Amino acid sequence: MDAVRVEGLRKRFGRVTALNGLSLSVESGSLFGFLGPNGAGKTTAIRILTGLAGADGGRAWLSGIEVGKGNGRTARLLGYLPQEPAFYPWMTAAEMLDHVARTFGLNAAERRRSTEELLGLCGLKEASRRRIGGFSGGMKQRLGIAQALVNRPAILLLDEPVSSLDPFGRKELLDLIDGLRGRCTVFMSTHILADVERICDTVGIIDRGRLIVQASKKALLETYAAPVFDIEADSDQEAAFRSWTESLARVPWMDSTVFPEKSTVRVLVNDPAAAKRELLASAVKAGLVLTRFETVKPTLEDVFIKLVSRAGD
Amino acid sequence: MGFGSAFRKEWLEQRRTYRLLIVAVVLLLFGLMSPLLARYTPEIIRMAAPQGEEIIKLLPPPTAGDAVDQYLKNITQFGVLLALFMTMGTMSLEKDRGTAALMLSKPLPRSAFVLGKFASLALTFTLSLLLAGAAGFYYTWLLFGPPDPAGWLGLNVLVLIFLLVYVALTLLCSTMTKSQVLAGGMSFGLWLTLSLLGAFPRIGDYLPRQLTDWAARLGKGTGVDSIGNLSPLIDGRSGTYWPALAVSLGLIAASLLVSCLIFKRQEL
Repeated sequence: MDAVRVEGLRKRFGRVTALNGLSLSVESGSLFGFLGPNGAGKTTAIRILTGLAGADGGRAWLSGIEVGKGNGRTARLLGYLPQEPAFYPWMTAAEMLDHVARTFGLNAAERRRSTEELLGLCGLKEASRRRIGGFSGGMKQRLGIAQALVNRPAILLLDEPVSSLDPFGRKELLDLIDGLRGRCTVFMSTHILADVERICDTVGIIDRGRLIVQASKKALLETYAAPVFDIEADSDQEAAFRSWTESLARVPWMDSTVFPEKSTVRVLVNDPAAAKRELLASAVKAGLVLTRFETVKPTLEDVFIKLVSRAGD
Repeated sequence: MGFGSAFRKEWLEQRRTYRLLIVAVVLLLFGLMSPLLARYTPEIIRMAAPQGEEIIKLLPPPTAGDAVDQYLKNITQFGVLLALFMTMGTMSLEKDRGTAALMLSKPLPRSAFVLGKFASLALTFTLSLLLAGAAGFYYTWLLFGPPDPAGWLGLNVLVLIFLLVYVALTLLCSTMTKSQVLAGGMSFGLWLTLSLLGAFPRIGDYLPRQLTDWAARLGKGTGVDSIGNLSPLIDGRSGTYWPALAVSLGLIAASLLVSCLIFKRQEL
């Protein structure tokens, strides 16, 4: 049975369409990366799944129970970490976890055991008696994960769990999420592709409220395995280089370009053979002195940019 | 389970964020000061005004009734302000900060979330009034002789109901908006409206303000019988006090019901 199933979900905020017929399904036990640019509708979809917001159309199911029609049964299946988890600043971490455990009806012994276990798992044991108001962003995020795990959820919904963290905090939290593999289905929204590439096994890409593609990470990279061209020009040719890359937009075999730095470009193409023939020649014709020209395997980020830019055309 | 955990958290918040302490101290101070002010106002005038002695001759000697009037005036005025200040952010801030969304993604019914807040505020005001009432009773006894205990108790029960009307109305305003300031403004507007309407003879008989008149009679020992036999009390102005009590309790119930219904439909 699918852990998460969504069919034709629609949601509007005034004139803005947040979800435009979103459909997807997530297999039980998978670590699903819900990818999309900012404003694609990721948070709206998650809020509908949690029951905090209603859809204008379409339906959603969690472990076969329809969201909004289970009299709170779906809430018992879920763990939810909002994008910016908010806590009561006057509570301690242990009190917060105890309070959440009470809402699930856990008895005193279960609450005590769950609180201790989760504080240990999330590295907050030392801070268990400290008030949350004095916590750093990373500590709050870890407490957010801990509160989402109190009921040993079948499905864990994580909304941009690491976007506000520094690299060290990000690594810690991603390791923690990776460690949940096999314990529950993880549905993680993010716009940071490296994170998805690192821990997710299935990926869904959403743009403008619609699912563009959903597949296993491996299948996605194989399907969109057209090589990517990394080109680097001499640093004093920045203006000419930029003008040349702009001229590429008119070439039929090109999908999109990404600029990791000022004098380098990553060219995504739809016809590798034509690109191999014409790309280098075009750069030479433009009078550029290149210091590097190579074809590389695409990363998930390349696939994402290719798909999102195609959907936008 | 839902209401219990919601109430437990709210009651902890009342204590941890000093709301209980603030309400208790403010009401206790007025409970202590009111009989003192009633008793010593002539002395203060005598010492403060250049022709104090002349003015004092024009004033009747202070009585226990003056202590009751002072107590009622102070406790209801400052009590309403406290009800507004302590309640106006209780729902709006949770929605604005995102704590409501976090907690309501759990199996916590939204009605339990609302009612837990009201119950904890009601307990805060009940305990605070208990203290203030005990202090006021003791000092009135010391300065003017023993007041009627049943009357004094009745007075405080009516004051509590009067204050809970404003707690419930402010909770409703706070449910309707995400802005604490807007919720406070709306509640203040409601208070002004009810106070102004309460001044009109026919309409006022049915509004919460009438409870303070009844409380004054009970406190002065002129309306205690009406508690026992439930016979309507005849106000010097026009009608009975029971409709005002029914309207007040109705306002509390309706405000809570509408708050729950509105909150159930809100997206977080």
